[in-house]
Amino acid sequence: MNKNKGLDHDEQLLFEVGNIDKTGVDLAELDNLSHMIGDSFSDNEIGLVGLSEPETIRHYVRLSRKNYSIDAGLYPLGSCTMKHNPRLNEKMARLEGFSEIHPLQPISTCQGALELINLISSWLKELTGMTAVTMTPKAGAQGELCGMMAIKQALLDRNELNRKVVLVPDSAHGTNPATAAFLGFEVKTIKSNEKGLIDFSDFKNNIDENFAGVMITNPNTCGLFETDIVKISELTHKSGGYLYCDGANFNAVVGKLKPGDLGIDAMHINLHKTFSTPHGGGGPGSGPVVFSNRLEKFCPTPLVKNIKGDFILVEDSNEKDLKKSFGRLNVFHGQMGMFVRAMSYMLSHGADGLRQVSEDAVLNANYLRASLSSHLTPAFDGFCMHEILFSDDFLKDTGVETLDFAKAMIDEGYHPMTIYFPLVIHGALLVEPTETESKQSLDHFIKTLCDLVERLKKDSDSFKAAPVFTPIRRLDETQAARKPVLRWKEEPLIAI
Amino acid sequence: MRYLPLTNNDRENMKKVIGISDINEMFTNVPKEVSLDPKFNLPSHKTEMEVGKILSEIANKNINSNEVPFFLGAGAYKHHIPATVDHIIQRSEFLTSYTPYQPEISQGTLQYLFEFQTQVSLITGMDVSNASMYDGSTSTAEAVSMAKRITKRNKVVISPTLHPQYAEVINTLISSNEDEIDYEFSENFEVEKLISKIDDSVSCVVVQNPDFFGSCHSLEQLAEYTHSKGALLIVVVNEIISLGMMKSPGEMGADIVACEGQSLGNPLNFGGPYIGLMSTKDKYVRQLPGRIVGETKDMNGEKGFVLTLATREQHIRREKATSNICTNSGLCSLAFTIHLSLLGEMGFKKLSKLNHEAAIKLYNKLKTLDGFEVKNNSFFNEFTVKLPIDASVFVEKMAEKGILAGVPVSRLSNQEGDFSNLLLVASSEINSDFDRDDFIKLAKEVCYE
Repeated sequence: MNKNKGLDHDEQLLFEVGNIDKTGVDLAELDNLSHMIGDSFSDNEIGLVGLSEPETIRHYVRLSRKNYSIDAGLYPLGSCTMKHNPRLNEKMARLEGFSEIHPLQPISTCQGALELINLISSWLKELTGMTAVTMTPKAGAQGELCGMMAIKQALLDRNELNRKVVLVPDSAHGTNPATAAFLGFEVKTIKSNEKGLIDFSDFKNNIDENFAGVMITNPNTCGLFETDIVKISELTHKSGGYLYCDGANFNAVVGKLKPGDLGIDAMHINLHKTFSTPHGGGGPGSGPVVFSNRLEKFCPTPLVKNIKGDFILVEDSNEKDLKKSFGRLNVFHGQMGMFVRAMSYMLSHGADGLRQVSEDAVLNANYLRASLSSHLTPAFDGFCMHEILFSDDFLKDTGVETLDFAKAMIDEGYHPMTIYFPLVIHGALLVEPTETESKQSLDHFIKTLCDLVERLKKDSDSFKAAPVFTPIRRLDETQAARKPVLRWKEEPLIAI
Repeated sequence: MRYLPLTNNDRENMKKVIGISDINEMFTNVPKEVSLDPKFNLPSHKTEMEVGKILSEIANKNINSNEVPFFLGAGAYKHHIPATVDHIIQRSEFLTSYTPYQPEISQGTLQYLFEFQTQVSLITGMDVSNASMYDGSTSTAEAVSMAKRITKRNKVVISPTLHPQYAEVINTLISSNEDEIDYEFSENFEVEKLISKIDDSVSCVVVQNPDFFGSCHSLEQLAEYTHSKGALLIVVVNEIISLGMMKSPGEMGADIVACEGQSLGNPLNFGGPYIGLMSTKDKYVRQLPGRIVGETKDMNGEKGFVLTLATREQHIRREKATSNICTNSGLCSLAFTIHLSLLGEMGFKKLSKLNHEAAIKLYNKLKTLDGFEVKNNSFFNEFTVKLPIDASVFVEKMAEKGILAGVPVSRLSNQEGDFSNLLLVASSEINSDFDRDDFIKLAKEVCYE
């Protein structure tokens, strides 16, 4: 049966369109030498299928057309910072001098690579006003792990591992408590107040002799700057703890203020958020971590050092600089491909441009806030930073829920905002426009959302049915989890 | 600035709508003692041409693997990547989308991930796979952590021939939870010796195959003994092209498989971004970390895909999650799956054999060279050579002569033992007879002239 719908082609699974005896790669002829694998040799069938080159391109091009993307439209996924990905970044990352070099080449043959790492390190330190940086974490969550391991190592160094409690606000990303728990810390939740900020007295009351530190996202996930941050850092240090800052929202303040001035001890930076490296359908990311002088000596291996213009890679934990390091986080030296892209972006903007980036991001978010307040319900009073959080109050008594509203946006040609996060707001809708949207684009988005809200009163049923114009309608997620089918199988599908 | 669409006129109009005259009015939550006009010792903005020039000059200071005969491996391998791969991964819809939270407008990503999971399951010989990890090393550490959750035991036995940096990563991530790790780096892989370390307190045994030194091993006996003690066998594969002519880890009894997937679709990139693969048996799927895509139906009964089993993950479970991983290696997994779809069964196996033959040809030439001793009895596309001189000196001198000849074992080992003359040499389909002749000729010069 033909299931095509105009430009939207039905595309079967690779394993249904491919063949075991087909290939899209011409390889050199074999010499049929006797193998030297030993007794683990096998020539059994694996079960893979292949496609010719034209079929391969068609398969993936058809699949690609079932995806929403920043390039096609505003992608207001709060906390994810879906900003434009400059194509110069891609071109630079593909320079063979960066993409075709091996991590273990003799140091004399990769001086440029180490220079690049040194250059981006110096930019990140200057932009954050922090003492040290480690480039190896592979994504934000690994950056968090890196920062918290440095804190754990510092406590060990002080012989105070009895300090087991890490405070995490209830508005934090799930990665924060997951990270602290993974390291064996005891996670205690601190409350947000009615303004969406950390309740300072609750923070204070939770500090005791077991206090190891606190993880704070700033600006926080409600889109607000934690106004007590300096007070919090002072009390943290006075109480013998450390302040970890989740830098996922650094894009709101980059070039505008130095996080080092806030008294933080460690902060990760998501290069794919603040510095425009592509999100790629879910990675690869890169999560460098900046440190204060309190934590500098505990940072992971390896380090790049500039010795009078010669760059060296310090990898041996017996070296002086790494004596107190907590160790190695992953193989090799970090996400070079992402460093090049981020560096290309930073050089393009310069310090002046980066300041404009954060100001425009905040301006765009507040413009949405001002323009949407008549129809949607901002969760908190006052100005927001780079993103604006709404509660589902505006949906009250309509029978429509946040999820339905989000799905209706899809039919209007928009990727929905982040929904049901942060957990502190009922039916939350978190909107982050980023600085790379024009005023015309924002105006169209505003008009669309206001029209949708108007429609709530007249035709709430249409929200329940949405989306209608997508390649596929609402999916049964409960069934997917209850009887997982996680791969293609030749036989009729057998659930686990 | 070319990336910023707002004009000054727009900005003024928007400020009026917001009701402010100064941009800093929106930053009033920032404590007074923090400057909103800090000084940065950094240059100002640059044109596209200027940025291109600066970065190209830095890139040109490196010797890249396309310029010279190239024989490096040790966890990162150079292969030819078909032009189609890079073309497709640069399509906007793949490059500039994010984690498929809204399945109705993300079926492209979800379907290729489902296909990817199937391919990974097939080549590793396992039931299920997740949608990728950061790289082989973190995949391995996550596998150890997973085995701990399943067995509720704390001791980890690591084969002496595991990549030393992988062992360091396990040590960093696991020892922080006060567990016991048994690892002593050495070139001697002895099943009997490993078996002697396995008792009722062991959660898992970690084995790399082909191992760090390039040797290939049958693991059935080890698997059987490991299981008899209630422990799990974790098999690590650094060079996945080897799976085109070796028994799969699953076939040999692995419980969890952790691989570096870079060899398919992903360039060397000085070590990252790469792609961790992770697969396991059906019965352990709820202990897998990371994103997993599953098949389901939509409200009209049409087949579709969603992220599933999310109750394992940090955004739902918070401090009780199986891992803190969020973003993984999305675009790298796309490159991987496109390359493998192009190869298919036939291409994958042939590529595997070409790699093996390239190594055999170099091996045959090296055998004739005085003072050079290949240590391996078996190998896939990489082996260890004992040189007549220090391997670090050797590779530096070879590099001066315009050839990147291998990885000195001592570069990776912090542990005791005399590895100074040992060199890891990898071959692949990119190496020609000329490359190999150069290697031999220059090696003689470097060692004996």
